[in-house]
Amino acid sequence: MSETPVDPDQVRHVASLARVSLDEEEVTEFTEQFADILGYFETLDEVPEVEREPELTNVMRPDEGRAGLSQEEALQNAPDTEDGHFKGPRVS
Amino acid sequence: MAQAQETGELAVIIGLEVHVQLETDTKIFCGCSTAAADEPNTNTCPVCLGLPGALPVLNEGAVEAAVKVGKAIDATIPERTRFHRKNYYYPDLPKNFQISQYDAPICQDGRLEFSVGDERRTVGIRRAHLEEDPGSLKHKGGSIDTAEYTLVDYNRAGTPLLEIVTDPDFRDAAEVRAFLAKLEEVLEYLGVFDAGRDGSLRVDANLSVVAESEVGADGSVDADVLEAANRTEVKNISSHKGAEKALAYEAQRQKNAIERGRAVQQETRHWDESRGITVSMRSKEEEKDYRYYREADLPPLEVADWKEEIDIPELPDARRERFREEYGLDVEAADKLTATKQVADFYEELAAEFDADLAATWVADNLLGELNYRDMQVTDIDGRLDEVKRLVELVAAEEITAKNARETVLRSMLDDGRDPDTVVAEEGLGKTTGDEVQQAVEAAIEENPGAVEDYHAGEDGAINFLVGQVMQKTGGSADPGDVNQLLREALE
Repeated sequence: MSETPVDPDQVRHVASLARVSLDEEEVTEFTEQFADILGYFETLDEVPEVEREPELTNVMRPDEGRAGLSQEEALQNAPDTEDGHFKGPRVS
Repeated sequence: MAQAQETGELAVIIGLEVHVQLETDTKIFCGCSTAAADEPNTNTCPVCLGLPGALPVLNEGAVEAAVKVGKAIDATIPERTRFHRKNYYYPDLPKNFQISQYDAPICQDGRLEFSVGDERRTVGIRRAHLEEDPGSLKHKGGSIDTAEYTLVDYNRAGTPLLEIVTDPDFRDAAEVRAFLAKLEEVLEYLGVFDAGRDGSLRVDANLSVVAESEVGADGSVDADVLEAANRTEVKNISSHKGAEKALAYEAQRQKNAIERGRAVQQETRHWDESRGITVSMRSKEEEKDYRYYREADLPPLEVADWKEEIDIPELPDARRERFREEYGLDVEAADKLTATKQVADFYEELAAEFDADLAATWVADNLLGELNYRDMQVTDIDGRLDEVKRLVELVAAEEITAKNARETVLRSMLDDGRDPDTVVAEEGLGKTTGDEVQQAVEAAIEENPGAVEDYHAGEDGAINFLVGQVMQKTGGSADPGDVNQLLREALE
């Protein structure tokens, strides 16, 4: 269990940022799970320092074009399309 | 929160976040083209579509462009800079986060000097950071909040953006407009920006109103006072003109609220260009809601050594000064001639080939004047500057008069698209020879004894009438000054 308490309002807030609606039962369930997950991260603090590989820097590519996907390929996983666009619900 | 006093003078405080698209051939994290496409979703790949497992690789061209901007605005380019993920859930970015920069932007603490009327102003630039442009949304069947559904095109997603954040140094909307014009000018000089591209410059502005008494003698405002005043963030501004209108509106709206004793809500507002008003938007995430964290797929950048090798060209202010010294131009002409790189280059080409003064008259007054009258830009006649040069050549060689060159040839070039030699030939504008003018002068005197008499009686208008007669006979191709002289000589 985490030392950081998680309250249900935090769960509701995070859910709203992800545009997910939760009922009260789910809020309770996720409040517990959030606390567990944070607890797992705290376990990581117990891992001893190990020597790291040196960090890479300045990995870049030249400004040169590469073939991408066709429109058909780009849209093939989309549940709904219209006139070559991905189609989704209203977003305000 | 505290508000400005309900009585007394009010002052407006504005800071900007300017998003400019950097002109590269490919996107910032993948090799997809950034060119405008006719069809949606044709410039995409697994990286910019956010498909699982795809990894971003930074475009060197975008970094180079950002470094150039940093040098041009006197910014510090830190030893080490890196990328963060900005998390938000909206379909314009398919990954549910935007790769941006957070605690170590590529440019910090710069400044830009510009003119508003006769006044020189310097605005601080807090930071400029690289990020990816989102895709574009179409709200179908209504406005943003009443639409039936949304269509998404990811062609734009991943276009390199530089977000330039200013200090809250602007005191009115006109200053903002002048600043944006100057910024665009500098970016174009650097060759990192295409102003003609739709959506290449987008502005968010933070605006608040405080009591004038809070503004110090040097124009500065205490940070606590700014913090205490409720501000609005105005979004969806896409041009200099739009910025001036939107912010003038928003300033007045806040002043009205305060003067009527109402509180200004701290909120995000959307500039509705067609209605000319700002409207309240749904509340936006606060900074902590973006849950910024390090982008582990992109190693840090160390550009300190590289930046010394990246040269920037002569910038507008330096070029303006050089024009004044080298070509003896006045302030106004030098301003006009250096406003865009294209105009300045064209001027220098003409000045080298013909004469600096003639070139100045032709580019600053005639060409820009006639374009402006038609609401056109030099970019509208990109491919035809050679024709303008040919016209100046005809004038320099005295093959046509300056008056005909501007009033007939140049106007016809712009209005009907004819080339100068065609206009000269078709309108018979080849300059009249001295003999023909002399004959016309003699004929005018013979045919108008009344006017001759008036002239000798000392009536000033008479000579103008005679000049008009000669001009008519020569089809406007004689020089009025010469005609005047010839008439006076003939009448002595």
